[in-house]
Amino acid sequence: MELYNGPLDVESIFSKWLHEEENSNYGAYIPFVGTIRAEDGIEALSFDIYEPVLEQWFQSWVKRAEELGAKVKMAHAIGDVPVHTSSYISAVFSPKRRVALELIDEFVEDFKANAPIWKYDVKDGKRIYAEDRSTPMDGSGLLA
Amino acid sequence: MVKVEFLGPISQEVLELEAKTLADVATQLQNIETIAPWLAKCAVAVNDQMTADLSMVLKSGDKISILPPVCGG
Repeated sequence: MELYNGPLDVESIFSKWLHEEENSNYGAYIPFVGTIRAEDGIEALSFDIYEPVLEQWFQSWVKRAEELGAKVKMAHAIGDVPVHTSSYISAVFSPKRRVALELIDEFVEDFKANAPIWKYDVKDGKRIYAEDRSTPMDGSGLLA
Repeated sequence: MVKVEFLGPISQEVLELEAKTLADVATQLQNIETIAPWLAKCAVAVNDQMTADLSMVLKSGDKISILPPVCGG
């Protein structure tokens, strides 16, 4: 898992991951790249991350992938990420395509639901919590 | 004393509370006007482990994290 301040350098991360696994005998490499779209007058999105819990969430996926003979990787941005740049990349490597195609779907969807990351719209230099696009994590409401 | 930290968009400094279980923490947080509305949609970690057990016994120095709704990517 890799965290970067500001937007991700997509080409260098793609390339680094490709080289890391070039002798691993995986037949499939499926990356997912999240790019900030220009909408609702935003200048950027901004992100807070709680790294200890994110690391545990990621390690649970590393284990799950290993059981399928696959490998997952991810990179995410911290702080402001301007429109048309990337905040999030994940990838699955596997011996054959089917496992990777299915795993990337589950990995990205669970990321959206349970990775401890908070998103803010940046408008006129102000950070506004993206409450309406956010999802309570599994187990929410315990203290209510 | 246990420490309660509020993550992401919740504007609240770290609190130090006397609590024997997570249920004790819940009772005290429900009485804080600015925090109470968040509780229904927040998940909880104790010492960075996510938990769903309100009866969890706490010891002095434990760190409780309150995690509001997320949206990565």
